[in-house]
Amino acid sequence: MTITGRAVPLRGDDIDTDRIMPARFLRAVSFDGLEAHVFEDDRRAGAAAGARHPFDDPARAAAPVLLVNRNFGCGSSREHAPQALARWGVRAIVGESFAEIFFSNAVALGVPCVAACPEDVQALMALVERDPAATVSVDLEGLIVRAGGIEAPCTIPAAARSAFLAGTWDATALLTAEFEVVRAAAARLPYLVGFPPAIS
Amino acid sequence: MGSTLFRKVWDLHAVRRLPTGQTQLLIGLHLVHEVTSPQAFDMLRLRRQGVAFPDRTFATVDHIVPTDGQARPFADGMAEQMMAALERNCREFGVPLFGLESDEQGIVHVIGPELGLTQPGMTIACGDSHTSTHGAFGAVAFGIGTSQVRDVLASQCLAMDPLKVRRIVVSGALQSGVYAKDVILAIIRTLGVQGGVGFAYEYAGPAIDRMTMDGRMTLCNMSIEGGARVGYVNPDETTLAYLRGRRFAPAGDAFDRAAAWWRSIASDPDATYDDEVRIEGGDLRPMVTWGTNPGHSAAVDERVPGPADVAEPERAAVADALAYMGLEAGSHIAGTRVDVAFIGSCTNGRLSDLQEAARVVRGRRIAAHVRGLVVPGSKRVRDAAEREGLHEVFRDAGFEWRQAGCSMCLAMNPDRLEGRELCASSSNRNFKGRQGSPTGRTLLMSPAMVAAAAVAGEVTDVRRLLRPAEGS
Repeated sequence: MTITGRAVPLRGDDIDTDRIMPARFLRAVSFDGLEAHVFEDDRRAGAAAGARHPFDDPARAAAPVLLVNRNFGCGSSREHAPQALARWGVRAIVGESFAEIFFSNAVALGVPCVAACPEDVQALMALVERDPAATVSVDLEGLIVRAGGIEAPCTIPAAARSAFLAGTWDATALLTAEFEVVRAAAARLPYLVGFPPAIS
Repeated sequence: MGSTLFRKVWDLHAVRRLPTGQTQLLIGLHLVHEVTSPQAFDMLRLRRQGVAFPDRTFATVDHIVPTDGQARPFADGMAEQMMAALERNCREFGVPLFGLESDEQGIVHVIGPELGLTQPGMTIACGDSHTSTHGAFGAVAFGIGTSQVRDVLASQCLAMDPLKVRRIVVSGALQSGVYAKDVILAIIRTLGVQGGVGFAYEYAGPAIDRMTMDGRMTLCNMSIEGGARVGYVNPDETTLAYLRGRRFAPAGDAFDRAAAWWRSIASDPDATYDDEVRIEGGDLRPMVTWGTNPGHSAAVDERVPGPADVAEPERAAVADALAYMGLEAGSHIAGTRVDVAFIGSCTNGRLSDLQEAARVVRGRRIAAHVRGLVVPGSKRVRDAAEREGLHEVFRDAGFEWRQAGCSMCLAMNPDRLEGRELCASSSNRNFKGRQGSPTGRTLLMSPAMVAAAAVAGEVTDVRRLLRPAEGS
């Protein structure tokens, strides 16, 4: 599985999910239309200060690769954040590191998040900032990110990688496949059976 | 070789190994609220699936509820729609709901423990990152997103990788005026906002042993702010005393059998850890955040750091945070003028939080320019506080006394900052725009410190306002 295309460079460590998707847009019963509000407050603040946010750059519209720095997606567990990114067009995220709940949510949506070393992320960002048309490819089989002359090794937890390669990132089918085993596990837990007196 | 509580609970709940290599982990308790569940229920409908264990699933409403009047339909049409969707989903899928008409409604992380649903040795999941709160009881509890809420509804399981365990030992005794909130802010400052990624945090040591369950919940609640999805305290006599008599806790002989099992799942004395960190509890002072993440904090008598005070990779972020906050590097954090004082949230909206804040404001008035809000974490907390007359103490001081809900922690309801208002807040996140205004500013601190800031009109050391006779 390889995701190839233009990239959006988004600089900054510890970008939280409140910034990706401000809470007021979570007042909804579906994920429809969230893409219109991705980074809305940062985009507005940038525009007011005369600095264009990368998500407002027409040359980056619907770019499939997102480049980020450290601890991306920290804070709230809101899946609305990766949902908005995916609906905007992001198909893979390359960064220095990811917050854990964000990573799980992105994987569940079929958006791989791969980690590369800070120097390589820096080089990738610099490249696509110079050339918005530059193509970045994220190769999950070879665990390598390629762009221009850059060949950056990357990592992703083994389970997530194998889920992507097998096409099984939607876990529901796996988890409901052997339900009698789940029932049996539940029957072994004292608190699910009322703490019965031990059978001597 | 001994085992940690995390490992014991993990092994007890491991159903099988999945083809991906992950563990299929059984979830003992699934808590649901109105914001992260409607899409999950819709996915079930689309797939013609039901809820696998409706008797292990409990719902409440907290994020969107107005706190100044809860008559239905809500004035906010979207909030009403979300509320109605939760009611319909719970009815249709057979999930018990503690709705607004229930005396037990409140913030999901406040009512779970209150009802005795939260117990040691459980795995607990909820579509909310502050689910780590329940770890205070020796549960393995963590936040999930909506797709995983769907997974738990459909199967009562999650596909997970195990975590490493870092033991954080807090030695000594906390000074008067220093609380669990200060401990966790100090821990996050020390280990960083991403220091806990890949770890469960086990909090231990004399200062934790002495902490009340409310304090332990505050501590575990903010584990996620340090990057740790799970934080827990081993169950002890304090835990057992809290649980006895709770509605969903075992009763009679079953309680004694439960207590024996709960004690047995605590970490063994000879357990080995992936990492260990020690903090001297007696040295801790009241903490205040100055920046835009919970790791940006200082003791109340310290100065705000500047870019020159941090390592190169952090400099730009510190400069950006100070510019957003409108604070000067090198200035004292004490003396920062506040516009709003918010006491509440799943971090600090419990009875003892309100009692500590009331100790500070009793017989005093909040500054004329400060808008003060006290929002109990649940209806039960509200009722208990009113029985003690705390509502009068707060009202007499000039605070508004509200209904239970998440309120101004996260701005999904009418309680929000306006413009660049600066809020002294007992909540958990000081992210840009977190409290509802895209330019609003948050200083995190303990409820007692918020009360002190409200009275002084500026950040001040609560220890100066606590009467010596009342020092704990």
